[in-house]
Amino acid sequence: MSDFEKINTDFTTLFLDGRALLDAGNSAVMNSCRKEAFRKFLDLGGIPHEQEEYRYLKLLPLFDKDYHVVLKYIRQEVDLNETFRCTVTDLVTNPVLTVNGWWFDGNLKPEIPEEVVVCSMQEASVKYPDLFVRHYNHYVTAARKDSLVALNTAFAQDGVFVYVPDDVVMERPLQIINLLRAKADLMGFQRNLIVLGRNAKATILVCDHTLSEHDFLINNATEVYLGPNAHMEYYQVQNQHLGASQINSLFVSQQRHAVFDSNLVTLYGGVIRNNLYVALNEEGGECHLYGLYIQDKKQVVDNYSYIDHIAPRCVSNEHFKGVLDDAAMANFCGCIRVRPDAQKTEAYQANHNLLLTDTTRVNAKPQLIIDADDVKCSHGATVGQIDEEAMFYLRSRGISLEEARMMMMFGFAHDIIQRVKLEPLRVKLDDLIDKRLRGEMSKCYNCIMQCKKS
Amino acid sequence: MDNIIEEFTGSEYKYGFVTNVETDTIGKGLNEDVIRTISAKKEEPDWLLEFRLKAYRHWLTMKMPRWAQLDIPDIDYQDIVYYAAPKQKENRSWEEVDPELKATFDKLGIPLSEQMALSGVAVDAVMDSVSVKTTFKDSLAERGIIFCSFSEAVKNHPDLIRKYLGSVVPYNDNYFAALNSAVFSDGSFVYIPKGVRCPMELSTYFRINARNTGQFERTLIVAEDDAYVSYLEGCTAPQRDENQLHAAIVEIIVEKNAEVKYSTVQNWYPGDKDGKGGIYNFVTKRGLCRGENARLIWAQVETGSAITWKYPSTILKGDGSVSEFYSVAVTNNYQQADTGTKMIHIGNNTRSRIVSKGISAGFSSNSYRGKVKVVKSCQHARNYSQCDSLLLGDKCGAHTFPYLEIENSTAQVEHEATTSKIGEDQIFYCNQRGISTEDAVGLIIKGYAGDVLNKMPMEFAVEAQKLLQISLEGSVG
Repeated sequence: MSDFEKINTDFTTLFLDGRALLDAGNSAVMNSCRKEAFRKFLDLGGIPHEQEEYRYLKLLPLFDKDYHVVLKYIRQEVDLNETFRCTVTDLVTNPVLTVNGWWFDGNLKPEIPEEVVVCSMQEASVKYPDLFVRHYNHYVTAARKDSLVALNTAFAQDGVFVYVPDDVVMERPLQIINLLRAKADLMGFQRNLIVLGRNAKATILVCDHTLSEHDFLINNATEVYLGPNAHMEYYQVQNQHLGASQINSLFVSQQRHAVFDSNLVTLYGGVIRNNLYVALNEEGGECHLYGLYIQDKKQVVDNYSYIDHIAPRCVSNEHFKGVLDDAAMANFCGCIRVRPDAQKTEAYQANHNLLLTDTTRVNAKPQLIIDADDVKCSHGATVGQIDEEAMFYLRSRGISLEEARMMMMFGFAHDIIQRVKLEPLRVKLDDLIDKRLRGEMSKCYNCIMQCKKS
Repeated sequence: MDNIIEEFTGSEYKYGFVTNVETDTIGKGLNEDVIRTISAKKEEPDWLLEFRLKAYRHWLTMKMPRWAQLDIPDIDYQDIVYYAAPKQKENRSWEEVDPELKATFDKLGIPLSEQMALSGVAVDAVMDSVSVKTTFKDSLAERGIIFCSFSEAVKNHPDLIRKYLGSVVPYNDNYFAALNSAVFSDGSFVYIPKGVRCPMELSTYFRINARNTGQFERTLIVAEDDAYVSYLEGCTAPQRDENQLHAAIVEIIVEKNAEVKYSTVQNWYPGDKDGKGGIYNFVTKRGLCRGENARLIWAQVETGSAITWKYPSTILKGDGSVSEFYSVAVTNNYQQADTGTKMIHIGNNTRSRIVSKGISAGFSSNSYRGKVKVVKSCQHARNYSQCDSLLLGDKCGAHTFPYLEIENSTAQVEHEATTSKIGEDQIFYCNQRGISTEDAVGLIIKGYAGDVLNKMPMEFAVEAQKLLQISLEGSVG
């Protein structure tokens, strides 16, 4: 039996044996999707190993470990609100915590407009069954061929639920802090659902952190529904340690004139796979996806995006940049799909990579699938080094080699960071990146967790 | 404007005639006996038969690849005739060649007769599976250049064939390469010795004539140190309702400081307006720049075939070697194309340039798929890729799938792609200056494909230009 078959069999055993635990205390809606999702996982061949979408990502070493899987919430013995403090100076947010994929039971009540709902998935499925049924598991279908998303649907039990009703603006950003904390190597699943009604507006900041040194593999899926004219800003900062790996999928469904802005900053982690699926379902939708990855050691980041222009007159804009050092590897696969009726589409996509050593690897796959004629689409990808002439310019003005390199790299990265609209966050990210590029620990100032495993 | 589209998309395939020559064919089907028969008919040495059988046995273990952006109906490999040769007498002087055959190639406008020496192109014409006539052989031989059919080469230069056959495209390379290695019937062989500049363009003209046949030819080009050759390939087929398979292999070896230019004008029968019939063109073309500063240039104009699936590629092994790829692919009606190139950078300071222009009209689907790979040990590789798509009509598709795999930090790789249609404003500008819409579109397409057409040899540039006009001019989306 091959290693993959063995892992798939293990999952089957886990699914069958753990079914009772998986279902216990969870919403009927989530439970009703499990069986079919798991069958889909098996039908797609289990853990991806030869699929085109996972062409450059070796998943075997990730899955071939003895992880513990927690099928019910374990009460944390410490107050994580105290243990974990994210301090972005001047940025006032409403923080909510999750632990290993579960809503943290000690979450403080966020200061939000009273119409807005922020709670656990489990709670939401009981309190708002209509909303839940209408949206849950509807948008992940965009990932037709991704077995790992199906695996998430089969196993996920909890996560964060956000609902911003029609015409409500949530001024203060909501900060979702996903923590990983365990006494052994752990595999976790998390499922989030975010629904914004007509004309609603929200800003969401997601931070991924690890609080202990064990190996983690977290499979996280988030579904986002943006009603007509809704506007969402979404920021995610991935800052973990080398043993923490992530499969992180985001599904966005945009209705008429909805706007989705996202910025995905990957600073540290073992193997990180980001799936971004955006469906522009109705006219006038707009999405802007930005991403930055700074990788060294043996880190791997694999960004996959699929932007589906279903309706006419939508705009999409995608720009991912990365700096790679040591033996890091970065993959980028961006697919722009323009359906036959999506005339007047504008879609742009770019991927730029800066390589610092000969042991780094970059694989880029920018793709266009265009079935309408009146469109403006372009994509570009480059792989290169720091510009010699610019270096010479700086050196000739008395700037040291090292400092000049830093300035160049920082400028390269700042291109993406400047798109962050929250100023305090932008300043903070610039600072984190500056430190990161200098090889310092890219931890927040007050973080008590100084992981040795980085 | 719709009328103009109609007019052009409606233009008939003008090479769709059938030639009435007696052919020597074997029965349909594929098995080891068929391969032995082909080999026996061609009086091949044992090692070649072994090569074929090895390929066939490997092919049996393989599955038809399905990853391309193509909708390929199942192919019944037992329903194909693997060997069809126009019957002719042994004596092969020009006067003896079947007049029907002569007329065919005359119709195609190929300067087959040596009396047409002024046209200055040496031609090896391949009808169905067998090379009919090679012109200028003697004058080439004076310079030590070998230009003959593959079967002749097997007989007269077995050591060269044995040395190079399968050295760039191994028999187990892919599904269709394995099939071709098993059943290939003829093709061309070119050998340019050290330091020789081939004085004229060499050319092969492929034609599928007989019904239900597949064409499986093999081209092998070897350019020794400091040699130079420009090679042209053209293809046509009669108009038939059923689909025919063409699975060829082209292998090119370029040694130190040598240069090979390989140009293709592919105009196989594309099927009728409803997508019925047409050729499946599944070809493996690959060149190896083995020596330092070797140079290989691919230029192709793809207008025919129901389905085109090929990636002329270059392995840049020698330090400082250079490869360029220029392509115009046109799809109309229900044609499908998934084509592009692969540039594998192994040697230091290797450079490659890719310019691909896709034009789709009607209900067609046109994809560019290309790979640029820079291996770890390759220092200072440079690649520039540009692939543009032009859409004429709202029912067609244009797709781009580049793969960039970079393992060395000194590499500089750039990829750019755009998709657009002919702007109303451009047409308006031309109209205003008294240029009809039809001419304006022709003008714009000429300009759009100009980068590539300029790279074609003179003789082909004219033909390619004409083909583009026939296939597309006037179709404005």
